[in-house]
Amino acid sequence: MAKEILVGKASEFKEGDKKIVPNGKNSEIGVYLVHGNWYAYANLCPHQGGPACEGLMMAKVEEVIAEDKTFQGMKFNHDEMHIVCPWHGWEFDIANGEAVADRKWSLRKFEVDVRGEDVYVLA
Amino acid sequence: MDLPISDIHKQSVKSLDTSSLLKNAARQRDARKFSSFPIIDVDCHHYENESLSEIVKYIDDPVLKQMGMVYTGGGTGGQTPFNPAGVGYQDVAGRVTRYPLRKTETTPGDDQHRDVHLSLRWMDAMGVDYVCLFPTPMLSLGLHPQPEIEAALAKAYNRWLLENITAKEERIKTMMYVPFSDPDAAYETVKEFGDHPDVIGFMIVSVRYQAVHSNAYMKTYALMEELGKPLGFHSNYNWNDRLVGNSNRFLVTHALGFTVYNAVHLCNWVVNAMPERFPKLKTVWIESGLAWIPWVMQRLDNDYKMRWSEAPSLKGLPSDYMREMFYTSQPMEMPDNLDVLKTTFDLINADDQLLWASDYPHWDMDVPSVIYDLPFLDERQKHKMLGGNAIDLFNLDISPRFPNYKPV
Ligand code: FES
Repeated sequence: MAKEILVGKASEFKEGDKKIVPNGKNSEIGVYLVHGNWYAYANLCPHQGGPACEGLMMAKVEEVIAEDKTFQGMKFNHDEMHIVCPWHGWEFDIANGEAVADRKWSLRKFEVDVRGEDVYVLA
Repeated sequence: MDLPISDIHKQSVKSLDTSSLLKNAARQRDARKFSSFPIIDVDCHHYENESLSEIVKYIDDPVLKQMGMVYTGGGTGGQTPFNPAGVGYQDVAGRVTRYPLRKTETTPGDDQHRDVHLSLRWMDAMGVDYVCLFPTPMLSLGLHPQPEIEAALAKAYNRWLLENITAKEERIKTMMYVPFSDPDAAYETVKEFGDHPDVIGFMIVSVRYQAVHSNAYMKTYALMEELGKPLGFHSNYNWNDRLVGNSNRFLVTHALGFTVYNAVHLCNWVVNAMPERFPKLKTVWIESGLAWIPWVMQRLDNDYKMRWSEAPSLKGLPSDYMREMFYTSQPMEMPDNLDVLKTTFDLINADDQLLWASDYPHWDMDVPSVIYDLPFLDERQKHKMLGGNAIDLFNLDISPRFPNYKPV
């Protein structure tokens, strides 16, 4: 059976916040509240093992291509937020943990359970 | 501190602590028992620009020294007399957070230089025993329009480095910066510093337009050969280059630049039969990754067979000479199909010629597990690539950390 790790109170989180909690002695889990949804991922990057959850959270970058196919610049799309691993910059889709450059790689995902005021992650 | 992340947003981040950033590397170190065998990092860096005010004091020329002191003192606006490159953002616009946070890391204000403290932090986290330390912005100095500035700054840097960094920490060595734009200064550098015990070789920064086969350099190569220390070519990008800088994305100029400069120098080195002229001078090709080598081997062999008269001093195929050269591994391309990587390893005789390098703290650094976790290597091969080959090549004395070391 999955073990429950108490993350904290739901009210401690504002939109876009994260908290990194220990999962045993040698690993951690990053817990996020993004767009009103809870997410939890292992703080371990599939690239070279960096602490992915300790990096920035950045909006997806998109190119602006006009109807005539000309390039008009770039913009941020805040509907898709990325966890960015601080070691080399691999970006992971917050919604599912997949590496956006190559979706066969992903962060290990954990379930989050909010019961009353308490937030748990099932590890 | 706050880092700008997107549009008007900011994200609060803790100040940088290298040991904490690399705690997962330390876990890899412990799980794989890296402390049980020597790990040598053949290419890592410090930011010598942060110590430039100390370095310029070592410049001999009084006029250049005065200029250097003005620039490193209050500064003179946005210009610099020393760095001819400038454009670039290796940190992927702050995503690789150790760049923008670098200045927030604290070190003890003791006698030891900050660069030594920072180096030891990441070395210990990764399980690295000894390193070859290189500068950072100076990797572009080969483009400087004034050869005398490359020569003056190189000499000052070399003296400063030996006095303040390598002399203070026996785990840090260097391949001496050779100011190649001025052939006489290059020779003088090798003569002045060549037999220093902390100088384990010589380094030419590859981003430049001088020809490595020019007669002007023969006396310098001869001296290096006599000293018995290898010559490294350290690559870089150059967004101002008309060809490899011809991109609107850093990704392209980085991916191509770091390989193409070394490819050009290596081709000239081989077809001019420098390995025949200097059979004991070993060359090391640094920071170009590995994927370019099979490409160059195949191109050169193919053309050589049709145009033998242009390379008549060779006694074998170009690839035969390339197989006797040394290559640092980073940034090691990791193809989905590992057979591709294994073929590359076979082609370059990686068992004896491959040298692991981290390139830390730069953005595309590699941890030792990139080699250690390869499924097609046995333990002996891993130990050689992570340390044994470098110990042999540089004749490194590692007895302070491994008193009972026997060559792998
Ligand atoms: S370890 Fe995460 S991007 Fe490389």
